[in-house]
Amino acid sequence: MCLGIPGELVGPAGGHDDLALVEVSGVRRRVNIGLLEGQELNPGDWVLVHVGFALSKISEDEAQAVLAYLEGLGQPYEDEIDALRASDIT
Amino acid sequence: MSTEQQVLDRIERARRRRPVVREERITLAHGSGGRATQTLVQAVFLDAFRNPLLEPLEDGATLRLGAGEEGVRVNLAFTTDSYVVSPLFFPGGDIGDLAVNGTVNDLAMCGARPRYLSAGFILEEGLPVEDLRRIAASMAAAAAAAEVEIVTGDTKVVQRGRADGCYITTTGVGIIERPVTLSSAAARPGDAVLVSGPIGAHGAAVMLARGDFDIEAAIVSDTAPLHGVVAGLLDALPGGRVRTLRDATRGGVATVLNEVAAASNVAVVLEEAAIPVRPEVTGVCELLGLDPLYVACEGRFVAVVDGDHATRALDALRAHPLGEQAAIIGTVAPEPAAMVLLRTAVGGTRVVEILVGDPLPRIC
Amino acid sequence: MRFVDEYRDADRARALAAGIAARCRPGRTYAFMEVCGGHTHTIYKHGLEDHLPPEVSLVHGPGCPVCVIPMGRVDDATHIAGQPGVIMTSFGDLLRVPGGTGSFLGAKAAGADIRMVYSPLDALKIAKENPDRRVVFMAIGFETTAPSTAMTVLRAAAEGVPNFSVFCNHVMIIPAIKAILDSPDLRLDGFIGPGHVSAVIGCEPYAFIARDYRKPLVVAGFEPVDILTSVHMLLGQLAEGRCEVENQYARVVPWQGNPVALEAIGRVMRLRPHFEWRGLGFIAHSALAMAEEYAAFDAERVFDLPGIRVADPRSCQCGEVLKGVLKPWECKVFGTACTPETPIGTCMVSSEGACAAYYNFGRFTRDRTRGPAGEREVSRA
Repeated sequence: MCLGIPGELVGPAGGHDDLALVEVSGVRRRVNIGLLEGQELNPGDWVLVHVGFALSKISEDEAQAVLAYLEGLGQPYEDEIDALRASDIT
Repeated sequence: MSTEQQVLDRIERARRRRPVVREERITLAHGSGGRATQTLVQAVFLDAFRNPLLEPLEDGATLRLGAGEEGVRVNLAFTTDSYVVSPLFFPGGDIGDLAVNGTVNDLAMCGARPRYLSAGFILEEGLPVEDLRRIAASMAAAAAAAEVEIVTGDTKVVQRGRADGCYITTTGVGIIERPVTLSSAAARPGDAVLVSGPIGAHGAAVMLARGDFDIEAAIVSDTAPLHGVVAGLLDALPGGRVRTLRDATRGGVATVLNEVAAASNVAVVLEEAAIPVRPEVTGVCELLGLDPLYVACEGRFVAVVDGDHATRALDALRAHPLGEQAAIIGTVAPEPAAMVLLRTAVGGTRVVEILVGDPLPRIC
Repeated sequence: MRFVDEYRDADRARALAAGIAARCRPGRTYAFMEVCGGHTHTIYKHGLEDHLPPEVSLVHGPGCPVCVIPMGRVDDATHIAGQPGVIMTSFGDLLRVPGGTGSFLGAKAAGADIRMVYSPLDALKIAKENPDRRVVFMAIGFETTAPSTAMTVLRAAAEGVPNFSVFCNHVMIIPAIKAILDSPDLRLDGFIGPGHVSAVIGCEPYAFIARDYRKPLVVAGFEPVDILTSVHMLLGQLAEGRCEVENQYARVVPWQGNPVALEAIGRVMRLRPHFEWRGLGFIAHSALAMAEEYAAFDAERVFDLPGIRVADPRSCQCGEVLKGVLKPWECKVFGTACTPETPIGTCMVSSEGACAAYYNFGRFTRDRTRGPAGEREVSRA
C-alpha cells in the first residue's frame, strides 16, 4: 500500500510552521513537514510525500547506490545477457 | 477440459450475459463513463428504446434522409449531450464552451460538419446573472469558432439546492459530406491507433479547480472544437481508411479504446512511451494515484486508421494547430480479442481495463 | 520525474531480468511474497511479471489496507456517516469497498454526506470550516499512514477542534506477516518488504523473519527497477545461503525508520488486543485504536456503533489465496458467487486483488504463457 511520491522542497508555504511547498513535475502542493522535525531541510531537498505529509527525506547518495548496484555487476552482467541471448537463439 | 479452462469459460459466459443494474439507486459511478455507465445505458435505456440507429451506441446517430434515385439524399449526424461541471468556470474554459465543443466534437466523430445546435438551460435559483452572461458569451464565441449556430433553446429554473448553478444540454445536427463509414466496430488487425494530442488535461484542470486537493499547477482544460482537425484527417485518408473516430471524454482514452476493442472484436495494443501526456498532468496523476489513460479530455480524439497510412494520418493531424502533438500510440491486433493491452515503458505488458466507477484518488 | 524515471528504465529492467534469470537454479522454483499492495500495483501497472522467468513467481500479499478491512467496520463507518449532522471523510480508495450493508458510495447515494479527501489534514480543515457539523475521518492504512492521522489529531487537539474525530482502522504489517509465516502450508521463499511502511518502522522489526523463520526479506522501493532489484537480491541471498534483512530502498528508508512518526503514533494511539482482517481472521495486536487521552477525538467513543461482526463467508478461501496456497481459480466460489461486481472476499475487492486480477485478465495471462505473437519473447530479449 501507501502511495508515496518524491517531491522537491521549493520553500515554506506560509501560514503554519509545519507547512512547506513541494513540487512534483511542475505541480505544487503544501505538505506538512512535521514528521521530519529535527532534520535539516532546505529548498532543493527531495522528500517523499504521502497523504499530504513528508514522510522521509530522500538521500541522493543512496539513490545513486541503487543504480550503482546494477552497474557494479558490470561484466558478469553483460555475460549473463549474452548468455541469455545465445540461449534464446538456439 | 482442465479445471482452470472450465473456470475461464464460466467467466466468459458470465461476461456475455445481458448487463444488469444491481444497485437500487443511481450512484456517481453510473455517470463516470465507465462500466457502470455502460451497464446503465444498455440495461435501462437501450432496453427501452432499442432501434438500429441507437444500437451501436456511437457518439451520435447517423441519419440517412431522402429517398429514391431522383430524390435528394442527405446524411445527417445527430447527437445530444448534457453538461454538468463543477466549478462552472475552470482554467481553459467554462461550462459554456464545453457545452458547445462537446456536442460539436460528437458530430465531428461521426465525420460530419457541425451546423446547428440547440441549448437547454437548467438554472438554479440564485445563480448570478453575470455568471450566466459569461457562460452565454463563451458559448457564442465557441459556436463562432466551430462555425455552428445555436438556433433553438429552452430555459428552466429550479429551486435553490436542486441544481449545481447551471446545467446545459446541447443537441447538434451536422451534415456528413464525405462518404465515410466510421464505426467503433470497424477496427481491423494491422490498423494504427492515433491520439490527436496530450491526454488528460481537461479532467486534471477541473479536478484542481474544485480545490479539494490543495494542488496548484498550470494546467488548462483542452476543450476545443475538433471538426477542423478531423476534416483534415478524413481528406488525407479517403475511402474508408479512417475506421473509427472517438473523442476521449469521460473514462478517457482507456475506456474509449476498450469500447472499440469490444465492438470490433480485436485487441488494441498501446505503447506507453508513445502516449503524449503533459508533465503537469503526469504530476497530478502521480500525486493522486490516478492513471492519465482514464482522465477525461474535451478536445482530444482517438483515431483508428489503416496501418499502411498511419504516417500520412499523423502528418494530417499535425498539420492542424489542435493536432500538433498528435502521436501514433498503438496498433490493432487479432488477439486477445476485446482487450486493450499496454506495452509499458519498462518493457512489460499489461491489460488496460475499462474504467470501473469514477477514477478516485487513492493512497495505496 | 526525478527519483522516478531512472527507476522505470527499460534497459535497466532488461539487465535485471537477465540477472534474475541467471540466478535461478535449474529445476528450482521460487515464490516471493510482496507484502504491500503498492508493490502489487507497480507489478500490474508496469507488467513486471514479463521480466521474470517462469521459475520466479510473485505472491500478492495482504498489504492492501482497503482489502483487509472487515465488512463490519465498513458497516460501522456507514452507520456513523448516516448520523445527523455528520460529514464522513475518506480516502478515495475506500469509497467502493463493500461492507455487509453496502459501500460508502451507496450510502452517499442514499443521502449521507461523504467526502473524499487527499489528506487527513483536509478532513480537519473541513471540520474547521463546518463548526456546526461533526466531521469524522475514516482512518485506514498501515504504519505509513498512521503517523499522518496521529499528527492531524495532535493538531486538532492543539487548535481545539471539538467537532473532529477519527474512526481508527490503522493496521500493522508485522503481525500480518507473522500470521502468514505461521500458516502450516506456507510455500514462500522470501519477502519483498514494504518500503513506505519501513520508512516509518525501519528495518529492525523484520529481523525475526530471517532469524526465526529463515526467510530472507528485502525492503523495496516502488518503481519497477526497485522491485526487480529486490528479487535479484533475494535470489542472491538464497544462492549464497544467506538469510538476512536487506534494504534496497535506503534512499527513502533509514534503517531506524522515522522516530518522530513513531512517537506521534505512540502518543495518539494504542495497540488493540486483537483486530479482524478480512481473509485472515483475528490477529492479536495487529491494529491501533485511539489512546485514552484522545478519547474526545475517537469516533468509536463519540458515536454509538452497532459493532456487528460480519463474518467472512465460510466458502471464501481468500486466506489460502493470500498465503499462496491456492490459485484464485481453485477457490470454490471463484467466478460463481464471487465476482468483481459482487465480491465475497478480500482478494476480489480491489482490482489488484489476486482474484480480481485473475478474473479480469486470466484469459490474457493464459494466452501469454502460450506465447501469442511472440510478445513474451520480445519483452524478454
